[in-house]
Amino acid sequence: MKPATLLWALVSGVLFGFGLSFSTMTHPEVVLGFLRFTDLGLLLVLGGAVVVATLFYQFAPRLLAKPLFGTAWGKHPSEINMRTIGGAAIFGIGWGLCGVCPGPAIAGLGSGNWPLLVAVVTIFAGAWVQGRFFGR
Amino acid sequence: MEQFFPNGIVHYLVGGLIIGAAVGLLFVTTGLIGGMSMVFSSTWSYVSKQPFFQQARFTESRAWRLAYAAGLVLGGLVWLLWSATGTWQTGVSWWQLAVGGFLVGFGARMSNGCTSGHGICGLASLQLPSLLAVLTFLATAIITAQLMARIGGAL
Repeated sequence: MKPATLLWALVSGVLFGFGLSFSTMTHPEVVLGFLRFTDLGLLLVLGGAVVVATLFYQFAPRLLAKPLFGTAWGKHPSEINMRTIGGAAIFGIGWGLCGVCPGPAIAGLGSGNWPLLVAVVTIFAGAWVQGRFFGR
Repeated sequence: MEQFFPNGIVHYLVGGLIIGAAVGLLFVTTGLIGGMSMVFSSTWSYVSKQPFFQQARFTESRAWRLAYAAGLVLGGLVWLLWSATGTWQTGVSWWQLAVGGFLVGFGARMSNGCTSGHGICGLASLQLPSLLAVLTFLATAIITAQLMARIGGAL
């Protein structure tokens, strides 16, 4: 792996973690508040992120032959099947139970939200069980 | 507006734009798609000999995914120092974090995406499967959170 790839992954991660913290998505209470319709702010976070990301994803490959420090434009692979939809349903039950998803769980650790470490550990455990017994 | 956004809208919008810029920056510099759930599988490839975790899609991406995750922690720290609001800990009970986290890890990996993988990267890729995944997990999450509020009362 090229050092530049690791460096840009780190820099992008810092920006991502800052944004998650700035938008208070690292507070499970805020996420649960959205799911209970007491504060719809999460829709603005998701909407804002999707609009900007869409501009990059759709226009960068048309304006540049290849990534600035990479070799090829990646794709998000997915298909409509029971794994995609069933997994999403299970993910949602967990998300609705704790208000934590993978990004905020990690970013929250940086701002001292230590209880999220419990979720980080069990997300690792859930990913392992999925891969070990149901993966392919 | 007040009733839908009692805590204001600016920090939500600006935070969302920053998150989108982060995903966009990773893409334009490296061409990589930056969902956050796969690091929870790819990192296992360092310690597990299981054939599943030794697949190329994990071993070839595990290094940058860990760097990306390290950046997330660092970004949270930068925000903490910049905002000067002091640390804050969630009041969600440990068992909810534990059980919820397990289902989040299992489900996101089974679905091959989470709120960032399907929600941001998938939608930005104009992927119909991701849109269906997002609608599905929003539905089950809303139902679960509303049920918990009814039976548990607290968080």
